[in-house]
Amino acid sequence: MKNLLKVFSDYRMLIRTLVGRELKARYRGSVLGFFWSFLNPLLLLVVYTVVFGFILRPRDPTFSGSPFNYALFLFSGLLPWIWFSGCVLESTTVLLINGNILKKVMFPAEVLPIVSVTANFVNFSFGIPILIAFEIILGHPITLYILLSIIVMFIQYIFSLGISFFLASLSVNYRDLQHLMVNIVTLWFFSTPIIYPMTFGVINRHKWLKFLLYLNPLTHLVEGYQRAFYYGRMIPYKRLTVTFIVAFIFLWIGYWIFDKLRDTFVEEV
Amino acid sequence: MSAVVLKDVTKYYRKYTSKRKFQTLKSAILEHNLFSHLSPKEIIKAVDGVNISIDREETFGIIGENGSGKSTLLKIIAGITRPTSGKLEVNGKVSALIELGAGFHPEISGRENIYINGIMLGLTKKEIDDRLEDIIKFAELEDYIDMPVKTYSSGMYMRLGFSVAINVNPDILLVDEVLAVGDASFVGKCLEKIKEMKRAGKTIIFVTHSLDLTQKICHRVAWMKKGKVMTIGEPKEVVDRYLLDVLGKEEEREIISSMSDRWGNREAEIVESWTEDMNGKRKSHFNYGDGIRIVMKILSKKELKDFVFGVGIFNNEGINVYGSNTSLEFYKPKVLRGESLVKFEIPVLRLINGIYSVDLAVHREDGYAYDYIKGAENFKVHSLNREIGIYRPPHKWSFEGGVEIEEYKKKPSS
Repeated sequence: MKNLLKVFSDYRMLIRTLVGRELKARYRGSVLGFFWSFLNPLLLLVVYTVVFGFILRPRDPTFSGSPFNYALFLFSGLLPWIWFSGCVLESTTVLLINGNILKKVMFPAEVLPIVSVTANFVNFSFGIPILIAFEIILGHPITLYILLSIIVMFIQYIFSLGISFFLASLSVNYRDLQHLMVNIVTLWFFSTPIIYPMTFGVINRHKWLKFLLYLNPLTHLVEGYQRAFYYGRMIPYKRLTVTFIVAFIFLWIGYWIFDKLRDTFVEEV
Repeated sequence: MSAVVLKDVTKYYRKYTSKRKFQTLKSAILEHNLFSHLSPKEIIKAVDGVNISIDREETFGIIGENGSGKSTLLKIIAGITRPTSGKLEVNGKVSALIELGAGFHPEISGRENIYINGIMLGLTKKEIDDRLEDIIKFAELEDYIDMPVKTYSSGMYMRLGFSVAINVNPDILLVDEVLAVGDASFVGKCLEKIKEMKRAGKTIIFVTHSLDLTQKICHRVAWMKKGKVMTIGEPKEVVDRYLLDVLGKEEEREIISSMSDRWGNREAEIVESWTEDMNGKRKSHFNYGDGIRIVMKILSKKELKDFVFGVGIFNNEGINVYGSNTSLEFYKPKVLRGESLVKFEIPVLRLINGIYSVDLAVHREDGYAYDYIKGAENFKVHSLNREIGIYRPPHKWSFEGGVEIEEYKKKPSS
């Protein structure tokens, strides 16, 4: 774990440059360029509002029948989810894609997952002003609890990094992982209260369902965001503390495995 | 203090059986060996117990055939891959020219790539700022530096990669055959730069197939074969020993390939051929000035009255060095029957260093072949002199007037 901190400090310049490159290269060549970072979440917001808000019409009392309220709720969970799923999916290919660098240049391999998680985080952060802007436009109340979302982001960063290290190192030896994870991510999406709130009738009626959802670390993170951005309430700090510990353990194990398998990367990618 | 010390360095690679290669997560879980395959039974020793100590300011060459472990050794020194066992000591900043432009991102500009590549190679942003002009100028990319790298030609790509790597200003420079690509003028420029670094007292480690270059710029050379270091020493000596070893294999190969280069009706057949020295001892390595006898054993199934024996000697570029036959030299055939030996003798071999192949033939006077074998034999001429050409006439130098010139004490064999 100490080594990992050292990586962050020793290679901060490299990480920063590569994250910059990642973000720059993503929309390079397109007419709107960097503007896509804002436009993407905006268009997504429109799609989800139309489909879930107007067509499916949420009946949960939380949204008081308003499709716009639902859209804001949805968006507060969807943004961090896109960050997380981006990390998970990228992690299974990040070492393979950059195999040439690992093979031909003296390069600390752990920088690659770090760059992936960080670049996705930066991209996520571009969506937040959009969310806040819409809350203002729609007259949704904003509270100071919104600042606590930074804590949630920190925990999510640690958790994503742990998962990324774990998947990245295994994906080098087991290429099946990339295909498997595509499906797991879909399942994971529906196992996280993003399109439905935890107050949903079915969940309240069945205790075991709630228990299962609570086993998912993403549930607590997403709830944290929803409370900070949508409900304007205190984040579930007790559950998030547990999530933080779990995230930390994930990072510790993930990095340990990564370190163990490190020597195989150069040969296998 | 040495720049690089390798102590008993060994690198194993896993060798895949076809079963291993297609191992999947599912099969690993089913067989409960998620990790066990990481301690494989089948291994390849890419580098096998190598001991080398390279001094500061030394230019050190590594030669050997493909797959002999040269590049793996270089990657170990560069820190790209870790040795399986043994000790590695590197004193100083290393820059490796292993693959130029590895890590360039095609979508962003050359300028931005210089920064990213530079940082990857261990420079700080300020250091790159200072060297940016030099890098661009050396790469000859002034007009294109702000265009995305994907629009570059492969030559431009390589130039930029070389330019960044060389400007890292390392204490130890590792070069792996990268100069084999690229246009001649830029290769010349790169070599000039490498020589400049040599003069500046940098340690340079060179992996190359260019034996010529090795002899020109290296202080010492190591010859690797199958992961082991065969010899380390003075370049000329090591290169010669390496060539002798390669020759052995080439002879085998030549003989196999020559089987198809044979024609004729075989009424008279060359059943065996060899080269020997003047004492009749069969051999294929000769020193300059030795005598050589090319012998063919002929078996004639019926009595022939029209026959000519021919010999042709070719160098390894396929140039006919000498050719003759009994008809051209006014021998009148009378009768050829049963088994006979034909010997072609050169009392003093005046050929330069190199590998030569011999065509042997028995044919009618009108040229119709009984048996013609291309490349029937090979022999090597060994000489410590390094002249060029195909023929070494007996000669001497003499000087008159305002010239003062002296012969080296230790004169190579004439």
